[in-house]
Amino acid sequence: MTEPAAYTEKPADPWHLAHHFSSPQQQFDSGKLGIWLFLTTEILLFSGLFCAYAVFRANHPEIFVYAHAYLSKPLGALNTMILIFSSFTMASAVRAAQLGQTRWLVRLLAVTLFCGGAFLGVKFIEYKAKWEEGLLTGGDYRPEAPPPGAVVPPEQKPAAATAKPQAAAPVQGLVIERSSIPPAAVGPSGLSPQWLANTPAHPADRWHGPEPYNVQVFFSFYFVMTGLHGIHVLGGMGAIAWVLVRARRGEFGPRYFSPVDFTGLYWHLVDLIWIFLFPLLYLIT
Amino acid sequence: MATTAFDETPPDGIPVQEDNYLTHRRGIASWLLTLDHKRIGVMYLVTVLAAFLLGGIFALLMRTQLLRPEGLLFHMTPESQDLAVYRPFNQLFTLHGVVMIFLVLIPGTPAALGNFVLPLMLGAKDVAFPRLNLWSYYLFVAGALLAVVSILINAADTGWTFYTPYSTERSAGAVIPLVAGAFVIGFSSIFTGINFIVTIHKLRPAGMKWDRVPLFLWGLYATAVIQVVATPVLGMTLLLLIVERLFHVGIFNSYYGGDPLLFQHFFWFYSHPAVYIMILPAMGVMSEVIATFCRREIFGYRFVAASSVAIALIGFLVWGHHMFPNGQSGPLDAIFSAMTMLVAIPSGVKVWNWLATMYKGSIVLLTPMCYALCFLFLFAIGGLTGLFLASLATNFHVHDTYFVVAHFHYVMIGGALFMFIGGLHYWWPKITGRMYNETVGRIGCLLLFVGFNLTFFPQFIIGTHGMPRRSASYKPMFETGHVLSSVGALVQFLALLLIAGCFVYSLCRGRKAPANPWGGTTLEWACSSPPPHDNFDHPPAVAGPYDRTAIAWNPALGGYERTGSPLPPGEGPGVRGASRS
Repeated sequence: MTEPAAYTEKPADPWHLAHHFSSPQQQFDSGKLGIWLFLTTEILLFSGLFCAYAVFRANHPEIFVYAHAYLSKPLGALNTMILIFSSFTMASAVRAAQLGQTRWLVRLLAVTLFCGGAFLGVKFIEYKAKWEEGLLTGGDYRPEAPPPGAVVPPEQKPAAATAKPQAAAPVQGLVIERSSIPPAAVGPSGLSPQWLANTPAHPADRWHGPEPYNVQVFFSFYFVMTGLHGIHVLGGMGAIAWVLVRARRGEFGPRYFSPVDFTGLYWHLVDLIWIFLFPLLYLIT
Repeated sequence: MATTAFDETPPDGIPVQEDNYLTHRRGIASWLLTLDHKRIGVMYLVTVLAAFLLGGIFALLMRTQLLRPEGLLFHMTPESQDLAVYRPFNQLFTLHGVVMIFLVLIPGTPAALGNFVLPLMLGAKDVAFPRLNLWSYYLFVAGALLAVVSILINAADTGWTFYTPYSTERSAGAVIPLVAGAFVIGFSSIFTGINFIVTIHKLRPAGMKWDRVPLFLWGLYATAVIQVVATPVLGMTLLLLIVERLFHVGIFNSYYGGDPLLFQHFFWFYSHPAVYIMILPAMGVMSEVIATFCRREIFGYRFVAASSVAIALIGFLVWGHHMFPNGQSGPLDAIFSAMTMLVAIPSGVKVWNWLATMYKGSIVLLTPMCYALCFLFLFAIGGLTGLFLASLATNFHVHDTYFVVAHFHYVMIGGALFMFIGGLHYWWPKITGRMYNETVGRIGCLLLFVGFNLTFFPQFIIGTHGMPRRSASYKPMFETGHVLSSVGALVQFLALLLIAGCFVYSLCRGRKAPANPWGGTTLEWACSSPPPHDNFDHPPAVAGPYDRTAIAWNPALGGYERTGSPLPPGEGPGVRGASRS
């Protein structure tokens, strides 16, 4: 039986091959499996939020139908187009790296990076408008007006919506006589009677009737979901910037392009999550 | 009997490997910035043991408080009837839980022992992503530091489960740093999981087909799947909790229209599979130890391997049993109850296969095997009481009592921690290159076993009589059980001190370890003790993981060696990475 060849007797390794892999192919396959597993964890991270969204939307559809009209469909659509276009440039960048077209690679990565920035800029405009209109989460939800298109008879507005008690501050020490959390403001659990009374009579995309209870839940979801997504966009932009710097040094080519490839996969995932967020938050009927 | 050989004076024939992973480079920086999986494993080990000491001190303080019905350390006086005096106790059980679960049990066997052993068992030079591995470690340290900071500011008193809305609205403790620590440690756990899955998939040597993967690696693989799939949900839950506490977004707070039970669903969606993160690697260690010290091929290899994966998968569908009395619907309760009982099947498969391996094996009662026997005994009790808890009727009776506490500790300490310590004994010669004292090791094991049962068996009894968990005081009728329990905790503490002393003595004075002191058959025993920096010069030839045909005792080495090729006729030497897609 012949001894297997010692590791050191291999032909000279390319600079990018780590010492513990036996071939660039093995290294690439490992990286690919690794990034796909990481994307799985990202999807699962968001899936918890999607699950919570589903629970609340199933129990309280009226909140979502009423409040979604506060969001700007044109801005949301613009952002969707920006991200889809950036996915295209990212995919082209991977192609350019594989073909060894470094100049194109750098340009396409720069465009992708710019699109990421544009997306966050539009998001900033939207957040700013929500802030100014008092459309915030929890106890900070103090809307100035009902959403566009909604027909809300002013006399039917529930008193609780205008005069909400403040949030309970954390209490030092232990007080057990009674809870300092005020009783739940209003609203039965399960499908709201308002929802059951409103839907048959009117088209479902336009709200008729008093403001539903607990509209702030919609904005909790809106800010948490788009905020977490925005953090992921920032992370993706960081990764693209890093790849851009390396691409300018001419590190990538047909033999070695895995960082571009893997960053691209991550960017597509960020895009994909937005493609789910957009209809779930903006396009409710 | 082979054991006598270990107590003899060291033979002269052991070839001393001067350049091993411990001596390859020197200096603090060479450790802190290392990409070597072995050194990272050792750093994990040191950190985990430090956290273990911390968590143990919290436990001892709790047991001291419970020596008297009204509380020994904190109690109300006739002048002051303020229940706030008990707040430190709430902080103690919170910190004990957080430290032991997130800092000891979850990283213990997979990240410390697994990091060291996994590439060696594969005949590989390192894990697939060594830099990510170092990142995992530092994220773990960062999370641990955040937890320590939260203790220094104002320790949380929410319980390790962080139930809302208490954790988001009322608790005065520094909940955010503690939760952020757990969140960061979650990332560390995810990265370790990804690393292990990719390593096992892509860095196996050519001859190691899936039915030749050692069972410890099957355990680590199943663990890594849970880490990758469940931990992100915990991450999102803890993130929501932080956002909720900061901005009162109200998804978990009924005051703002949210749903507190949703938090419990999310939390247990991770935290129930997390108990399998803790127990599955321990079961893997168990399989290795049983196969080595019974001198037999493991009985039912395929079933033991598949049952690890089965436990991991079923474990995802049982989380609702933590909320039986919390307002779930009846049908949901029934489904979760049935799914929970299903876990008993693969667990039983494992236990019976281990017993069948021992049957007619030539059992060598060295220290790791003693821990394995303890595991069988304690895990059987822990597992069977789990069935009581899975049954709806008994669950409603004993929910949130000491019965649950005892069950959990029988599985987690008696199962996971015993095999962590057993595995530490098993791989200690490989990690340090030194043998420990067998006699002291065995006495330590026996003492720990006695102390453990003294602590937790009475808790089953007081639990069934209605002693609620997380209570700083109790009715006098429970005093005997609690005092026994506290004495047992002290015995365990002394046993752990003895074990630690045994290890420290071994580091200073222990005799040099041969490459294969136990007669293990997996690949980590093929390289020297401690292993060289690059693990293997040649891609090792791979046969069945528990094939003992070519293993023989060599008195000149003071250990075992391979006397021939392990390969069946017709199979050539493997070349790593070739011809596998």
